[in-house]
Amino acid sequence: MRNSFIRLGNITVVGLKSIARNKLRSLLTALGVVIGVACVIVSVAIGAGVAASVSEMINSLGSNFIMIMPGAATQSGARIFTGSSTLTEDDAEAIKREASAVSYVSPQLRTAGQVVGNDQNWSTQVYGVGIDWPNIRAWNVQDGSFFTEGDIRSGSKVALLGNTVADNLFPAGDAVGSTIRVKNVPFRVVGVLEKKGGSMMGSDQDDMIVAPYTTVQKRLMGQQRFGMIIASAASAEQVSEAMDQIDALLKQRHRIPPGGDADFMMRSQEEMAQANQQQVQLMRNLLLGIAIVSLFVGGIGIMNIMLVSVTERTREIGIRMAIGARGRHVLLQFLFEAIVLSVFGGLIGVLLGIGVATLFARVAKWSMVVSPTSIILAFGVAASIGIFFGFYPARKASKLDPIDALRYE
Amino acid sequence: MSTLVSTVIDIRDLTKVYHLGEVDVRALDGVDLNVDTGDFVAIMGPSGSGKSTLMNIIGCLDRPTAGTYVLDGADVSELSRDQRAIIRNAKIGFVFQSFNLLARTSAMENVELPLLYGDTALARKERHAAAREALHRVGLAGREGNYPSQLSGGQQQRVAIARALVTNPAILLADEPTGNLDSKTSLEIMGIFQDLNDEGKTIVLITHEPDIAQHAKRVVTVRDGRIQQDERIEQNRVERKGIEAPVAPVAR
Repeated sequence: MRNSFIRLGNITVVGLKSIARNKLRSLLTALGVVIGVACVIVSVAIGAGVAASVSEMINSLGSNFIMIMPGAATQSGARIFTGSSTLTEDDAEAIKREASAVSYVSPQLRTAGQVVGNDQNWSTQVYGVGIDWPNIRAWNVQDGSFFTEGDIRSGSKVALLGNTVADNLFPAGDAVGSTIRVKNVPFRVVGVLEKKGGSMMGSDQDDMIVAPYTTVQKRLMGQQRFGMIIASAASAEQVSEAMDQIDALLKQRHRIPPGGDADFMMRSQEEMAQANQQQVQLMRNLLLGIAIVSLFVGGIGIMNIMLVSVTERTREIGIRMAIGARGRHVLLQFLFEAIVLSVFGGLIGVLLGIGVATLFARVAKWSMVVSPTSIILAFGVAASIGIFFGFYPARKASKLDPIDALRYE
Repeated sequence: MSTLVSTVIDIRDLTKVYHLGEVDVRALDGVDLNVDTGDFVAIMGPSGSGKSTLMNIIGCLDRPTAGTYVLDGADVSELSRDQRAIIRNAKIGFVFQSFNLLARTSAMENVELPLLYGDTALARKERHAAAREALHRVGLAGREGNYPSQLSGGQQQRVAIARALVTNPAILLADEPTGNLDSKTSLEIMGIFQDLNDEGKTIVLITHEPDIAQHAKRVVTVRDGRIQQDERIEQNRVERKGIEAPVAPVAR
């Protein structure tokens, strides 16, 4: 037992020495595997990273989130986008009243505007929403409090600042109670929202102001325009039930015949995430495809070089056999060499993959998650490639006739 | 040393037939050969005589078609590939015409090579010690770290002899060991063989040069696959004067 261990050790050393003697060639041989493994690591990292940010986005929208957007209206048989919303305040109220699977509903209007306060100037988005909005978006108030039902009814000029806006206008943190001017309309700041962070698309979700939708409609947009309706289902299981109820209710209210085209669109958070994920999946598959092809080509490269190596070293094999190397000794030597090449390539590939993933994360601000599983997987694949593609040349070497091999020039 | 003379090579009625297409070539046709322990035999013959075939069979690189070959008490005429490899490793020390050292591998590592495949695997320290000792015996102490490209032809052949000696084999089998060397270096190498033979090593030398064969104790001539002549001769001892003393380490 001890003997065979020592002998195996000896033979592995023989293989290592041969690699060390041909450094450049070994490196070039391993290159295919390097690229393949790096591709695997990066593609898995992108996939995992995007999956993580998608779920982050889902959470930042609020759980069980449903978005109802105005669509094209049908007038006299022609589908026309009229520019005005097909949704109304009454629709929102009807949903809240009648759709049992829906727990929260809020209109949502959006306008861009210049904000002046505390002698500072800031350009941001102003959202007009209802009182359910914090519940739908799962977005809490950090300082102060949210506006009330009464504020909405009376169209009070009150607002809450997103974290970024508050930081920029009131660095001292004394935003609550002060007055700001949005498009020259004075608003009293009643609260500051907690920090939410960047969205999936890279925009800063905290760079905004919320105010009662009635106020935004009348004071800032200057007309009775209505935006979209956001809602949340009572539970994750009831999302599709809620969507069905909203769909039926709005079609009835908008007098759309059964089978007719709806003048609104609905998306759940899940559908939005899916649309995103499809693109990600496509890219990931592309990278994985490259990885697989590259690993395969890398394996063939190893086989090619090992075959050349066997031919080139026929005489060496002859010498080794003459002085007592058995078939399996020669087989193991060459097989081990191939495995070391591919594992070595795998190792460089892992480092390269992590490097590229980190670089992407830094430069392109993509979120990347390098998982240990993908490293182990890539490593295992690399080693298997060494065994698979190294076996044939190694076997060929071990089958050489010592007399012919010694005579080989 | 035992006073009883034992037989190390016992070959009976050895035949080797090669099938070359439709034609059968009888390379060896009923060869009988006995070599005693401590003998120094030169096998001579022109090319095509069958001496290379005989050497391949004696060296367990090939198997006879018929007949028996008993080496150091073991019948090796019908062994498998791997079994022959084990026998080669344990009982035969090869010395080739073209040295056959591994390039870009130090003298030390070349000499250690047979120990890597041995049945009793040795630890690194024991291998180093054995290799050092073998190199010392052929007068190359101090050259352990040199690569073949840094050694002269004669020195390379001495490394090869050290490699053949390191496993302490039953026979040294030298195939035209002086074929690639000038006459002065050839004498040097024959001197080493004579020294080793004096110490009790059995040596089988294959050569086609009559004056090289004269350094052996016995000359066997092969012709047309048969032994034509087998005679004891007056051994031509190598004059040590004027030749670099092989045992002296080279100062560097």
